[in-house]
Amino acid sequence: MHAPTTRRYGTFSYLPPLSRAQVRRQLQHIVAAGWIPAVEHAAPTAAPAAYWSMWKLPLFGVQDADAVLDELDACHAAHPGHLVRVLGYDPRRQTQGLVFVTHREPAA
Amino acid sequence: MTVTAPGKMYEAGVQAYAATYWDPGYQPAETDLLACFKVVAQAGVPRAEAAAAIAAESSTGTWTTVWTDLLTDLEHYKGRAYRIEDVPGDPEAFYAFVAYPLDLFEEGSVVNVLTSLAGNVFGFKAIRSLRLEDVRFPLAFVLTCGGPPNGIRVERDKLDKFGRPLLGCTIKPKLGLSARNYGRAVYECLRGGLDFTKDDENINSQPFMRWRDRFEAVAAAVRQAEEETGERKGHYLNVTAGTVEDMFTRAEFARELGMPIIMHDFLTAGFTAHTSLANWARRHGMLLHVHRALHAVLDRNPRHGIHFRVLTKALRLAGGDHLHSGTVVGKLEGDRQATLGWIDLMRESSVAEDRSRGIFFDQDFGHLPGMLPVASGGIHVGHIPALVSIFGDDSVLQFGGGTLGHPWGNAAGATANRVAVEACVLARNEGRDLDRDGDAVLREAAGHSPELHAALQTWGDVRFDFDIVDKLAHA
Repeated sequence: MHAPTTRRYGTFSYLPPLSRAQVRRQLQHIVAAGWIPAVEHAAPTAAPAAYWSMWKLPLFGVQDADAVLDELDACHAAHPGHLVRVLGYDPRRQTQGLVFVTHREPAA
Repeated sequence: MTVTAPGKMYEAGVQAYAATYWDPGYQPAETDLLACFKVVAQAGVPRAEAAAAIAAESSTGTWTTVWTDLLTDLEHYKGRAYRIEDVPGDPEAFYAFVAYPLDLFEEGSVVNVLTSLAGNVFGFKAIRSLRLEDVRFPLAFVLTCGGPPNGIRVERDKLDKFGRPLLGCTIKPKLGLSARNYGRAVYECLRGGLDFTKDDENINSQPFMRWRDRFEAVAAAVRQAEEETGERKGHYLNVTAGTVEDMFTRAEFARELGMPIIMHDFLTAGFTAHTSLANWARRHGMLLHVHRALHAVLDRNPRHGIHFRVLTKALRLAGGDHLHSGTVVGKLEGDRQATLGWIDLMRESSVAEDRSRGIFFDQDFGHLPGMLPVASGGIHVGHIPALVSIFGDDSVLQFGGGTLGHPWGNAAGATANRVAVEACVLARNEGRDLDRDGDAVLREAAGHSPELHAALQTWGDVRFDFDIVDKLAHA
């Protein structure tokens, strides 16, 4: 079952898919802001739902963008047909400072 | 001097206001409501007397002594002019600071505060002109107010939108479309990538499009765009009406349709109606977009009226989730530093005195959540880097002509704006300076977005470089 091709996935989904280097720079922004990175995934048809499946607990204490990238890749490899997104939890303001989809295409 | 001193006799007649209401040694209490007025007095009226007259007429005093003055404790109830300052750059005017005891005001009623502070005193003959520049609402008063029905965090959660400014568009032509054609315009904007569309403030329920027809057409457009894009969408359904009863009927219908947001004009409708609507929105979890028709009548003259920062504070207390703030760069008046000052007053939980931004008092907003400033009026894709730089993520950037005027139509205009905002946020997060590199960021993004490319070709050079009428007065 496929989601309509008109579907969009929030922030940065009107830009071309981000390169690995671009994703890495956004992850650096997340950790530099003091936000807690977290990885989630969902089947494309389930993407409009508010709650996606969590890939592990949020990555508390992780300061290294490459470590977050590794988790995103591991999530994608484990769920090849799914969308994968990263969140930056902002515990001070009790919101999510940034959320964006990092893997839109099926894993090769 | 104390009017209730034992043995005090009643003496009919007229006293100088300053004898009772000018108190330069007074230390304001934490619970006092403080006001700063910009005053131009009539020739020959001393500053202290003019300031005292303002304190008197906006609190307990009138022009003559009355015997019933002696039946109360004026020391407890009177307002006090406690400080006078020069106005930089205007030798005729001065600032008068007045402290009012909390007991002068009804709890939770900005109506009552404005009726006193911005009432008869503004027509007082001894004063040539008067402007309410700023008000410090004491925390004890703030805690009696309802405040924004939802606030910024709750709105982001409801709409599932994080890490970027939200995008809106006012549907045009603002008058004359049928409901179905109007719904079409809404649908095209939303499917193209905007988060919100908006009723123009002039749209209430005119013969060409009655409100119920508009609400139904718009609800269909919102639902269809949500299904197609998988993103949450909204349209500010204007519930402003000729009567409070009609206002609530419209709000209830928006709720029955499952719409997430309604809109109201707080100044033309009045603070009483608006506060009631905010209470209703808080009860029902409805987002409340607030438009500010009438504000420039009150706030644009640098010497007379009510400064917008006071209207902003009053609205945050009465309740609103969005408030129009001006754009700095668009077609409507707005000094950059002053705008930064009042967007702080919309969003921050406490704001410190900062004369460089026109903030005269520390203001603690207590438990009240923040409101999203809405930048709207003559802005287009070329302004987006500056808007992201000025307003940050917690804002709504609203393009009317700048969406609908795109050569390929609304959906392409919406996409152009969305691409431009996302490109600017991406670049800013990477550490690029949008004030310096903004044009380059847009050009790069236009390389992968034909919609943005066409928008930049249409509007890239349009600027609104006029002198600001109401400049901040600071040294």
